[in-house]
Amino acid sequence: MESTTQAGSFWLPPQASTSAAEVDALFDFILDLNYIFFAIIALITVGFIVKYRKSEDNPIATSDLDHSTLWEGAWAFIPLLICIYVFAWGFKVFMHSTVSPDNAMEINVTAQKWSWNFKYDDGQSTSDLYVPAGEPVKLIMKSRDVLHSFFIPDFRVKSDVVPGRYTTVWFEAKQPGMHQIYCTEYCGRQHSGMHRKIHVLSKEDYAKKKSAGFEGRPEGQDPAEWGKQLYSKYGCNACHGLEEGEVKVGPSFYGIYGRKGETQDGTAYVANEEYIRESIMEPMAKIVKGYAPAMPSFKGQIGDDQMDAIIAFMKTLK
Amino acid sequence: MSNTQADPEYHLGEKESTNYINASKGLMSWLFTIDHKRIGIMYLFTIMATFALGGFLALAVRLELFTPGETIMGPDAYNRVFTLHGLVMVFLFIIPGIPAALGNFVMPLMLGAKDVAFPKLNLASFHIYVIGTIMALYTTLYGGVDTGWTFYTPYSSTATSQVVMMTMSAFVLGFSSIFTGLNFIVTIHKMRAPGMTWDRLPLFVWSLYATAIIQVMATPVLGITLMLLAMERIMGIGIFDPALGGDPVLFQHFFWFYSHPAVYIMILPGMGVMSELITTFSRKRIFGYRAIALSSIAIAVISFLVWGHHMFVSGQSAYAGMVFSFLTFLVAIPSAIKVINWSTTLYKGAITMDAPMVWAISFLILFTIGGLTGIFLGALGTDVHLHDTYFVVAHFHYVMMGGTAMAFFGGMHYWWPKMFGRMYNEFWARVAAWTVFVGFNVTFFPQFIMGSRGMPRRYYDYLPDSGYQLFHQISTVGSWILLLGMLVMAVNLFSSLKKGAEASANPWEARSLEWLTQSPPIEHNFHDIPTVVEGPYEFPVAGAATETQGAASSDS
Repeated sequence: MESTTQAGSFWLPPQASTSAAEVDALFDFILDLNYIFFAIIALITVGFIVKYRKSEDNPIATSDLDHSTLWEGAWAFIPLLICIYVFAWGFKVFMHSTVSPDNAMEINVTAQKWSWNFKYDDGQSTSDLYVPAGEPVKLIMKSRDVLHSFFIPDFRVKSDVVPGRYTTVWFEAKQPGMHQIYCTEYCGRQHSGMHRKIHVLSKEDYAKKKSAGFEGRPEGQDPAEWGKQLYSKYGCNACHGLEEGEVKVGPSFYGIYGRKGETQDGTAYVANEEYIRESIMEPMAKIVKGYAPAMPSFKGQIGDDQMDAIIAFMKTLK
Repeated sequence: MSNTQADPEYHLGEKESTNYINASKGLMSWLFTIDHKRIGIMYLFTIMATFALGGFLALAVRLELFTPGETIMGPDAYNRVFTLHGLVMVFLFIIPGIPAALGNFVMPLMLGAKDVAFPKLNLASFHIYVIGTIMALYTTLYGGVDTGWTFYTPYSSTATSQVVMMTMSAFVLGFSSIFTGLNFIVTIHKMRAPGMTWDRLPLFVWSLYATAIIQVMATPVLGITLMLLAMERIMGIGIFDPALGGDPVLFQHFFWFYSHPAVYIMILPGMGVMSELITTFSRKRIFGYRAIALSSIAIAVISFLVWGHHMFVSGQSAYAGMVFSFLTFLVAIPSAIKVINWSTTLYKGAITMDAPMVWAISFLILFTIGGLTGIFLGALGTDVHLHDTYFVVAHFHYVMMGGTAMAFFGGMHYWWPKMFGRMYNEFWARVAAWTVFVGFNVTFFPQFIMGSRGMPRRYYDYLPDSGYQLFHQISTVGSWILLLGMLVMAVNLFSSLKKGAEASANPWEARSLEWLTQSPPIEHNFHDIPTVVEGPYEFPVAGAATETQGAASSDS
């Protein structure tokens, strides 16, 4: 599988989508404009400073040239032409990279503080994104809370994800591999921790894994082991520690299974299977005394098998 | 009447012992002064302090990013620190910056006036600035805010940090900006010395005029926007919160309607300083006076039409994106004209690289990079990839710090002898300027590279295997070089106040009217208002007539 850290060109990531080359061609043109015009200004400036340095041979200005309609017109008009050209090219690339083809496969994306959820047409949902290679995919995105932004650098796609409305991106991944997804609109404490992977699979592999469940338990793996992976995948470790007394945002899970304690309103609780499930699905229901109401809900994201595995993992934490 | 062409020292007669600094004593005589020069000095020192605060916050941000994971602080603290860095730098340093600290002092002198049109309004401006600053700093004692200086909703309308207190500080500060703008417009219209026609105004004054137009017209929009945000939080009016039927993107439109013109409030005065420095230190008239003067006005007008280029991926329509992209390219042209005209001014001049000129050349190089990289962002196709990455962070630091801050420091050195009657040490001033130039590039150039490679902005942390760490580390080391340069500059300037050589009235042999006063100026600037008969850049030229009418001296 293609590594996520494989370098592209000096300035840009690998071109992993069919649109990337077009974006990069414009980028490279603008880069050349940058190099050329910077060189012109820098060389003129440094050159004039060296040549016309004040000295005994050159004590005062030797020209009172203070305007030139021809030159000033030229260096207003030529940049204007270049700007219009770049604008038009940029607009063309933008329309191509933001208007999805009619036959694109649709996947629904939900963003929340601080995780992503991807839902497919067969109803299953995953926390990483799975797409086939060689087929256009359209993501229909919404947020459950604040602004987020969906960004895959290798694909050159980005759109803000807004609560109360849908936004979209589309892309066609060129070949199987794995790439980074980032949230790129500031959304609070774990904004920089809200990253996932996009897995591009060949068409055959995609069909197979989809029917088995993309994030089902890997063949032969121990449920508690799988639960441990899910624990990281869903970002639980961002707010909960596993060492004794390790308090991050929420309570430590050291010795969690069977733990007794008090909730906000003084009611006693026991951390059994039902309590753990409820805390993940309805985190505001029984907040442990002394902690802020900060945990997001994972309703609709964690399926039954995954929940069993996570609970199995928690039982191992001693 | 003296012939100034023959006497570059602007023969002034005996230097008077009473000047604006020793004219009256005591704290109250400063805090309740109506002398534009004293107000300018108070602004100058306050603004240097807020710049230092913003700078230390930046050093903390960069230190945290030296390694992945927690380096010196956790995510909540980091988010508050980068937010405060932005708020302090934008509202307490760079928006008031050149107009309040340098413009207040120099502009009336440049016009041949004895003060601004409304001296008491000027003092009110300063008092409001201090009150707003105290409010903002007070807010930090209660935890400050972690929303970013841009306060995007719904995060800012629902977050538990001190959003209302902080936005109300900005609301108060806005009035300081509006009053200064209003004062400057009237002063420039009504208080020019006889003979100073619009085409004999120093270009610094033209730039302050264009800036003032933006200050007066755009700032109220920010005030209303922040007021609406406060109302959303306090009363749940439902203008930005979709749960109450509101539109979060509407906030962005309101916010950027001010904040884009605001960036031209930041750069135009810097461009004005540039015209002064380039002409004095190449001893030549500016090339293309009319183009530079009118381009400032053009920038001020077009700046109101491009706000949507901050929102190309916000969910805004492609049609809107197209219009904003086109207008953004238009607003770039007047800036390009200025840069080319400044470079051309150097042609066949007699150039000295005194410290103010080192700052000016830094501006020229760094602002050019900042402006050219704006093309990537104005073009829709590339902006999608680069928006909200470190590429944007590098771009705006190149124009705001590589541009405005360099001009601010250059102007500060240029007018320092006039303000205080003392010269700083030239060697250490140049050392500081070059150190800052090097440190700036080491800090911010790597940010272009990691941005185009995908590193998002406002990130507390980054993946260890992402390949960004090396760039972060280089950038952090650059910030330490910047610190060193700034410290050298500060020590040099402050020690000159006590130990610097006494400055003459016109140490740079420049031609604008502020150099017709002694250093430091007397309390009312001029005993008799001078009569102006020529432009502000009439330097001697080899082969041209040596007997021409100079500006009539007021003290002979």
